[in-house]
Amino acid sequence: MIFEVTPSQTVGPYFAIGLPFDGQQQIVPEGTPGAIMISGSVYDGRGEVIPDHVVEFWQADGDGAFADLHGYGRRSTLAGFRGFGRSAEEDGDGVYRMLTVKPGAVPLSAGQEPGRPLQAPHIDVTVMARGMLHRVVTRIYFADEEQANAADPVLQSVPPERRHTLLAQPTADGYRFDIHLQGDDETVFFAV
Amino acid sequence: MSTTQSDGAVRQIYDPVAETPTSYRRDPEGAHPPLSYPGYKSTQLRHPKQPLLYLPQTITEVTGPQLQAALDLKPTDSDLTLQAAGEPIGERIIVSGHVYDTEGKPLRDTLVEIWQANAAGRYAHRWDRWAAPLDPNFKGAGRCVTDADGRYEFTTIRPGAYPWGNHYNAWRPAHIHFSLLGRAFTQRLVTQMYFPGDPFFPYDPIFNSVRDEAARQRMISSFSIHDTRPNWAQAFHWDIYLRGPGATPFEEAF
Repeated sequence: MIFEVTPSQTVGPYFAIGLPFDGQQQIVPEGTPGAIMISGSVYDGRGEVIPDHVVEFWQADGDGAFADLHGYGRRSTLAGFRGFGRSAEEDGDGVYRMLTVKPGAVPLSAGQEPGRPLQAPHIDVTVMARGMLHRVVTRIYFADEEQANAADPVLQSVPPERRHTLLAQPTADGYRFDIHLQGDDETVFFAV
Repeated sequence: MSTTQSDGAVRQIYDPVAETPTSYRRDPEGAHPPLSYPGYKSTQLRHPKQPLLYLPQTITEVTGPQLQAALDLKPTDSDLTLQAAGEPIGERIIVSGHVYDTEGKPLRDTLVEIWQANAAGRYAHRWDRWAAPLDPNFKGAGRCVTDADGRYEFTTIRPGAYPWGNHYNAWRPAHIHFSLLGRAFTQRLVTQMYFPGDPFFPYDPIFNSVRDEAARQRMISSFSIHDTRPNWAQAFHWDIYLRGPGATPFEEAF
């Protein structure tokens, strides 16, 4: 028998009571070699920052291995690597700041044969807020990975004129990735 | 892998290593509310206008985090009546159920996070300015992880309904917010649990944004005399269904 999923409802305005946890924006511990900061804001259809956003990251480590305890794929050996980050603040400045490492290239599937092409470094992102009845999903790619990006099957499936919305831009301490829910630069969102 | 439960029933559960799904069933049309729903005014500037693009379920989408170590959960994390010096005011309730996938298999080790208003319908959040009393003994947040049978349980206070500014005389039906991480990025779910027979159901655009009547019913808990504690607490039962394995292996889907 197949059951139907429980429907989504909005995260609402008061998630900061329940969702934050200590170190939620530390995907790697402080002091991890090669740690970078990925930061950005979420913008609404008027181009205004949504301060009460929930942004979550899920990513591989620099070797392309995941902090997944279910045994699927290669397990990360990076000390303290959580692979997951969450920005869910009551009173932030509208900027999420994830302390992380740049992910490595990963296979398409765990059972992939050696020698087949890898996906370009990327991070899966969930965005939720008041006024959103369901999460939206996007992917962060890195603007300075031109060669890997050019061969990435997901990025190449995106219309060329919209690909730039998925590219994090280098900054002094890492990368900047802004998310636009609407507008001329509306971020590409995916059905997963 | 199967397990025999306390009620004698034998249920299938996942062996986390041997049976991790390599793809997940995509949600059918209408399973979730639309991102654009004019009755809920805040969706107007917060829904993508471009169509969602198809994302194949690669290794990134079928893996997921385990936060138990980071959260270091204590028993008081799942009992919202024990988190302050005194007892919160209101009707003490037990909210429990199972987390299943769409094949009916219990999902163990699943992080369940909740937050809610107090008995008067007021959130312990500085942006909630409704003229109802705060309860100094009620923070309104809890966490637990499902057990080997996929079961979760919280002890809390029955939340009150409250007004909001969406339209004239708008009230939210009483609800508890639920967040589930699932075992894979694809299984992430944030939703709200409602109480049976709430008089505000017909008037609430968030509840009714789920257009299918049967789907709406899946958000409503049921009163459970079985789970009540005599001379202590009422009980409500609510099972949550996350996506199960998909039929299409990745290589064919791309």
